[in-house]
Amino acid sequence: MVWIRFILIQNRAGKTRLAKWYMQFDDDEKQKLIEEVHAVVTVRDAKHTNFVEFRNFKIIYRRYAGLYFCICVDVNDNNLAYLEAIHNFVEVLNEYFHNVCELDLVFNFYKVYTVVDEMFLAGEIRETSQTKVLKQLLMLQSLE
Amino acid sequence: MPAVSKGDGMRGLAVFISDIRNCKSKEAEIKRINKELANIRSKFKGDKALDGYSKKKYVCKLLFIFLLGHDIDFGHMEAVNLLSSNKYTEKQIGYLFISVLVNSNSELIRLINNAIKNDLASRNPTFMCLALHCIANVGSREMGEAFAADIPRILVAGDSMDSVKQSAALCLLRLYKASPDLVPMGEWTARVVHLLNDQHMGVVTAAVSLITCLCKKNPDDFKTCISLAVSRLSRIVSSASTDLQDYTYYFVPAPWLSVKLLRLLQCYPPPEDAAVKGRLVECLETVLNKAQEPPKSKKVQHSNAKNAILFETISLIIHYDSEPNLLVRACNQLGQFLQHRETNLRYLALESMCTLASSEFSHEAVKTHIDTVINALKTERDVSVRQRAADLLYAMCDRSNAKQIVSEMLRYLETADYAIREEIVLKVAILAEKYAVDYSWYVDTILNLIRIAGDYVSEEVWYRVLQIVTNRDDVQGYAAKTVFEALQAPACHENMVKVGGYILGEFGNLIAGDPRSSPPVQFSLLHSKFHLCSVATRALLLSTYIKFINLFPETKATIQGVLRAGSQLRNADVELQQRAVEYLTLSSVASTDVLATVLEEMPPFPERESSILAKLKRKKGPGAASALDDGRRDPSSNDINGGVEPTPSTVSTPSPSADLLGLRAAPPPAAPPASAGAGNLLVDVFDGPAAQPSLGPTPEEAFLRFVCKNNGVLFENQLLQIGVKSEFRQNLGRMYLFYGNKTSVQFQNFSPTVVHPGDLQTHILSLAVQTKRVAAQVDGGAQVQQVLNIECLRDFLTPPLLSVRFRYGGAPQALTLKLPVTINKFFQPTEMAAQDFFQRWKQLSLPQQEAQKIFKANHPMDAEVTKAKLLGFGSALLDNVDPNPENFVGAGIIQTKALQVGCLLRLEPNAQAQMYRLTLRTSKESVSRHLCELLAQQF
Repeated sequence: MVWIRFILIQNRAGKTRLAKWYMQFDDDEKQKLIEEVHAVVTVRDAKHTNFVEFRNFKIIYRRYAGLYFCICVDVNDNNLAYLEAIHNFVEVLNEYFHNVCELDLVFNFYKVYTVVDEMFLAGEIRETSQTKVLKQLLMLQSLE
Repeated sequence: MPAVSKGDGMRGLAVFISDIRNCKSKEAEIKRINKELANIRSKFKGDKALDGYSKKKYVCKLLFIFLLGHDIDFGHMEAVNLLSSNKYTEKQIGYLFISVLVNSNSELIRLINNAIKNDLASRNPTFMCLALHCIANVGSREMGEAFAADIPRILVAGDSMDSVKQSAALCLLRLYKASPDLVPMGEWTARVVHLLNDQHMGVVTAAVSLITCLCKKNPDDFKTCISLAVSRLSRIVSSASTDLQDYTYYFVPAPWLSVKLLRLLQCYPPPEDAAVKGRLVECLETVLNKAQEPPKSKKVQHSNAKNAILFETISLIIHYDSEPNLLVRACNQLGQFLQHRETNLRYLALESMCTLASSEFSHEAVKTHIDTVINALKTERDVSVRQRAADLLYAMCDRSNAKQIVSEMLRYLETADYAIREEIVLKVAILAEKYAVDYSWYVDTILNLIRIAGDYVSEEVWYRVLQIVTNRDDVQGYAAKTVFEALQAPACHENMVKVGGYILGEFGNLIAGDPRSSPPVQFSLLHSKFHLCSVATRALLLSTYIKFINLFPETKATIQGVLRAGSQLRNADVELQQRAVEYLTLSSVASTDVLATVLEEMPPFPERESSILAKLKRKKGPGAASALDDGRRDPSSNDINGGVEPTPSTVSTPSPSADLLGLRAAPPPAAPPASAGAGNLLVDVFDGPAAQPSLGPTPEEAFLRFVCKNNGVLFENQLLQIGVKSEFRQNLGRMYLFYGNKTSVQFQNFSPTVVHPGDLQTHILSLAVQTKRVAAQVDGGAQVQQVLNIECLRDFLTPPLLSVRFRYGGAPQALTLKLPVTINKFFQPTEMAAQDFFQRWKQLSLPQQEAQKIFKANHPMDAEVTKAKLLGFGSALLDNVDPNPENFVGAGIIQTKALQVGCLLRLEPNAQAQMYRLTLRTSKESVSRHLCELLAQQF
């Protein structure tokens, strides 16, 4: 069955800015995965593909400034669909935080989780319309 | 601090985060955190009741500390309290804390579930979504037990808000994945399918995922989704780029939903309803057409979104594998991508083409791109792209292009990344074996592998070449010559020494006639490598040496000297010491006959599908199988992406005591059947129904091979292998037939019988099956043996037939083969001087006594091989008889019970014309003709 195993946002130094797990891992395992992903992704350059084989899965990733957005999926899943899902997500963050930067993700970590849950749930793509997601986020923002 | 200036939320949290960020050292950070933890603990323990805001702030700080990697052992209760707040921001932090720090603390779970229950019942869509997201994120069995029954109701309720439906669908999906037993199918399932028609595209997006998951286990219950998915897809695909407004992404209408719908359709075979199918094919064509249109935007997002749909469409086309036109169009489209400037597209095109290569409809179309793919293998910067190119070359390989592909892969191997060398080696080995038209090419290829990448040539690979050389007599002379040459290199890989040692030990005699590779030269060449080799190789070489003593008595003294040396007899390694002692004694005490029996040429290995394939599969792991699936796709498999059956992880290796050279691959057929147990049989998952037996000769070819050879594999297909071992003396013969069941299923009613063709008049052979009837059942992986005693009464032309019948999985199987008993088996070689030969030759000068054939060489014209074949044919070879040293003459007597037939033969090779002239003279016309025909087919 095909679904996202985890979503990671890391900076070049390997600091995690978001880790969203859609599979049960214990804490040690999570830490190992984070380090491994960092190791395989940061050695690649712009001429490389945006896909890396990773254990029995694959990582679809894209770099924005100093941040790597990584999604781990099954090897037979649709690479380009997830690559653009990342971009769609980044565009929403950008709009929501008005030109998002790494620090926004640090100081508002608890809001980033909300954004993720609006767009991805249970390892599946939940909502793809930027308009709808942003409308919902603004509505939530207005709540006390 | 840009975030703080935004002014919402918790100032104390922002200050704390800033402090942490400003810490200069890890110690300072820990100090700051401990201070904060003490502060929060005192607040939580304080008498004063905290207000919601403070509670939220402190819980959020704890969460932040946890995410930094520190343990948190309190605050859970406060987080649970936040769940029952009426304020969204407080509730949200509470749920987030619970989701991130899942804790199956039984006491709390009850409280949490209670809060969730309240929120689900609240009719407040925001709260309902928070609760649903929490269940989806945690997904524990306890939550499943508590809510699995409620969520379907929320999902299909008429008054649920769209966003709630979206969350409910995916929440249910998560619970179903975690514990399918907890999610009851029921009346709601039909209504879920109808969500595909929902007005809200977000609801459809979520619902498709749920349906895709559910229909895999209950395909019939969800069958109606096919037509709904097709019509939804059709509406999206045919809509203009702006029709779908919110759901249009860079001018591409609903790319993710399209991809999901296409994936859903891949759970089913092509639609049965002609109208639905027509509509779907139209959709697929539209997608392919759109790929040719000029892009509506230069942005990569536009082309990525468009191509995401295209690749999924191609996956569906491959999954159906029934529309030749679409398959070829897909292939052409991918062909364009192979040269695209985007690395991603080149990579994906290579990957996708791999699966197209396995369809009979598109295999040829894929092959036309061979040059581009080879170029990719040479020039791509990203190793993963090169790897896909190698996969594709492997997948597109067939008889027509095997030589080109193998040579390109070999060339690539010289510079290949270390990470993928072993895989390339395996692939080359498999292709070389699978598509070998002549075995000399196969031997060359494997030796090249060892030369180029010896370290990556695993045991499976070099065992395999030995097995094949042992089993195919027509390559043995060539193999001996080639390894001999390869060993001349000053530095050769140890694997080369192993292969060389084994082959020369078995077949060194075939090249011993040439003074450049005389026995002493062979020995000193091998022995020059001896001291630098590992213990295992030295052990193998010692076995080669003792075999040399048998093959070449003239080397005995030298070799005994080596064995006797202190470095062997008192070697610290027990295995080497034992071999040296035993071989020395064996060579001293055993008579020539005994030695010849003990050190006889290895019998043919039972043929079974290559263990290298299994190894390659193990290496690649699941998922990548599509690239490796070399047969045509199994029509019974619905899994387009090449799901893999579990691979055998362990291969038991019996250790046959007769295995002198330590080649512990498979037991020789002479071993009792029990040792060829099922554990040794590699289940070959690649072997599709259409796959050919590897290097498998046709029965006729196999039969012809036995004319000059007594042992080998007579027949092999996917189910059964028949090996033969026979010996003949005078007019008597004994033949052992070994029937190997290659499957894991028992053969039933197994009955092999020998029949004589024609009527009684041609009944010239008397055969008695001496053993009891062969057991009627042959277990999976087992081998049974049958012994035939043969007596030749008079000369004959037609061989007896072996008829084998059995049931495999209920289906009756029958095959009839010519038993490899030909008149020349009863040859007794006769040595004679030149004078006698010419005298007899003249005596047999009646036209009907002579048979002559002039024919083209079918195999490389190698004098050593020819010599070996003539000897195998049974006649003596007479030196210094023919004035032309290139020619061969031989003599012998055919022994039958009724009469003896003297035979003389002469073979004149013409290397320039690649032709032979063969002349046979015997006292009996039919015998001359028959022998001439039999022998002419051997060269």
